Amino acid sequence: MSTKQMLLSGFGGQGILFAGKFLAYKGLTDGKQVSWLPSYGPEMRGGTASCSVIISDEAVGSPIISNPDILVAMNLPSLDKFEKSVVPGGVILADSTLIERKVERDDVTVYYIPATRLASENGFPTLANMILMGKLLEILGEFNADDMKVALSKVISAKRADMLETNLKALELGAKF
Amino acid sequence: MADKVLMKGNEAIAEAAIIAGCRHYFGYPITPQTEIAAYMAKKMPKIGGVFLQAESEIAAINMVYGVAAAGKRVMTSSSSPGISLKSEGLSYLAGSDLPALVVNVQRGGPGLGGIQPSQSDYFQATRGSGHGDYHMIVLAPSSVQEMAELTVKGFELADTYRMTSMILADGTMGQMMEPVSLDLEVKPAPEKPWATVGTKLQRKHNIVNSLSLVPEELEKFNFERYERYNYIKENEAMYEEYLMDDAEYAIAAFGITSRVAKNAINEARKQGIKVGMIRPITLWPFPVAPFKKAADKVKAIISVELSMGQMIDDVKLATECKVPVTLCNRVGGMIVSPEQVLEAIKAVAENGGAK
Repeated sequence: MSTKQMLLSGFGGQGILFAGKFLAYKGLTDGKQVSWLPSYGPEMRGGTASCSVIISDEAVGSPIISNPDILVAMNLPSLDKFEKSVVPGGVILADSTLIERKVERDDVTVYYIPATRLASENGFPTLANMILMGKLLEILGEFNADDMKVALSKVISAKRADMLETNLKALELGAKF
Repeated sequence: MADKVLMKGNEAIAEAAIIAGCRHYFGYPITPQTEIAAYMAKKMPKIGGVFLQAESEIAAINMVYGVAAAGKRVMTSSSSPGISLKSEGLSYLAGSDLPALVVNVQRGGPGLGGIQPSQSDYFQATRGSGHGDYHMIVLAPSSVQEMAELTVKGFELADTYRMTSMILADGTMGQMMEPVSLDLEVKPAPEKPWATVGTKLQRKHNIVNSLSLVPEELEKFNFERYERYNYIKENEAMYEEYLMDDAEYAIAAFGITSRVAKNAINEARKQGIKVGMIRPITLWPFPVAPFKKAADKVKAIISVELSMGQMIDDVKLATECKVPVTLCNRVGGMIVSPEQVLEAIKAVAENGGAK
């Protein structure tokens, strides 16, 4: 992997920014160069949230992603908005619980993961984001429990430390799907 | 790598200020810099510092004036419209020769404008911003690490030269997270015998004031201040050169646009176009020397800016218009893309730099 540009997008509240921060810390733990850039604006609850994460072997140039290598779409508006921007040969991960349509492009690899349903069924309804991150890391060949634990410990506050194992379970669930 | 943490640019500024010994922060919230105030609100009470959300930007800058007069490291932060409000105070700080750090995380203007990134306060920052003849030292970070380092540097320069240092960032730089090492070297603050901290009945009292009704005296103050400015121009200009050794074309860019430009330069190089970049780190003093040197060497310069073309004037002055200087820009919160910069590079390369 030289440089991977990843765009995560969904509703506010789905944990998009958190998932991105986890990815960035995972990269940092692996000794990579990383950047994390959120969309910011006059957002309201239920509005769209997205963030751009770049993980690279070299210093990161522009932190702004116009054409992601990987798109993680957690809702339909996100897929509608960003499907066209993915580079040919890129990857789209879609939460198929919330996105009923199929990806229209045929020059990208698509993974449909019913992340929201899986999260509810397994007793951690707020961790659909991490199920998708698990799949993403598996695709990248970066699924490694020790590094993921380190990264999780950086993004989960000490007060919520009991959530670490649950997050790890969600990651594993995604990787195995 | 172990000692690096991921931080937003805004948070890095706040933490670096604390590391630099700043224990007084006054501000008023405005997007996209509010994380600075939020960080200070959380941290300052725990370390015996002062965080105060003032009733307005104008109040905040005058509180800065007060603490600066008492000789302590002090800061405020805002975004474009808020800096306009603070500009009266910035002029008073200059007129009273007081050191302070001011952060502008720019957003699109004019007026209330928008809240997305911009670099359109370049003129405002480098030409003083308020009334009267004066300058601020203007530092333009292009990474979260530099957000931290230049904050420390800003306090040091402010104290050394008794003037305001401004960190001129933009919404992207403020909001993005990158790994940052907070192992920052801080020089101790110099003695400030001029500070108004009480005479203990042992010396004549100090006066901090910008009012001077005798024209002969006021002229003298201005002349002296500009002698200091000239010294700063000679000694404190900072810049980074990227692939300039064999460059036939040069890009001038600072902050976020310099990062976008780097992507474009790497791509252009792959296509055989010899292009490099001069990235001013201090916008005032503007790094004239590297541009002067480039003017004898390159065929054209492209100024990449998130404004209608402001730094381009300084590039033309520095190069004495010896080479054509073109503008590649987006405004209003839009950001130039690497593709747009690459097109601009190809355009000048195609006609060999001729206008």
